Amino acid sequence: MSWAAPDDVFLSTSLASYLDKKLLVLLRDGRKLMGILRSFDQFANVVLEGACERLIVGDLYCDIPLGLYVIRGENVVLIGELDLEKEELPSNMTRVSTEEIRRAQRAERDATDLKGTMRKRMEFLDFD
Amino acid sequence: MLFFSYFKDLVGREVTVELKNDLAIRGTLHSVDQYLNIKLENTRVVDQDKYPHMLSVRNCFIRGSVVRYVQLPPEGVDVDLLHDATRREARGG
Repeated sequence: MSWAAPDDVFLSTSLASYLDKKLLVLLRDGRKLMGILRSFDQFANVVLEGACERLIVGDLYCDIPLGLYVIRGENVVLIGELDLEKEELPSNMTRVSTEEIRRAQRAERDATDLKGTMRKRMEFLDFD
Repeated sequence: MLFFSYFKDLVGREVTVELKNDLAIRGTLHSVDQYLNIKLENTRVVDQDKYPHMLSVRNCFIRGSVVRYVQLPPEGVDVDLLHDATRREARGG
């Protein structure tokens, strides 16, 4: 992943071929950031301009604008080039406001917590 | 450098890369580097319904440190050749 001659850029693993393109960056904590790649180095540290975080809960989604982001390479899982011809998300997904996505996130978390407590009670009963 | 050379020979082949976060991506191996960072082309996610945000990703760069497995085409593995190369490398040649 070093600076290569322009012809080589498209053959190498260098991120140079993604410069100035709109990308999706997946982070180790599961976050999805989108933005335009302006800079990078050999550790996959990257600079995203016009970054936003995409929150997805079920079939709802929301983009939260963040601005200019420098991402430390160790947190990067995957950098994907977004095909502008294709739909970014399945057509059944709807865009909602920040408040609504936060509410959906809370509801989802509460449901998971409830499932956890139910299981604990079942374990206490000790079936089988 | 053995596996780096090995992966370089697989460029152009169809592989499935499974990541440490359980995301599995199938695509044509475009390139590899010394860190075993991988670039894939014409990618599709194995469990698409679970990862809707990956729908419009056609080409991607995967950081080597997050890869768990690379599943190769059976004809892409020459165990004898790899075995010989390992012994050669161990001897320092």
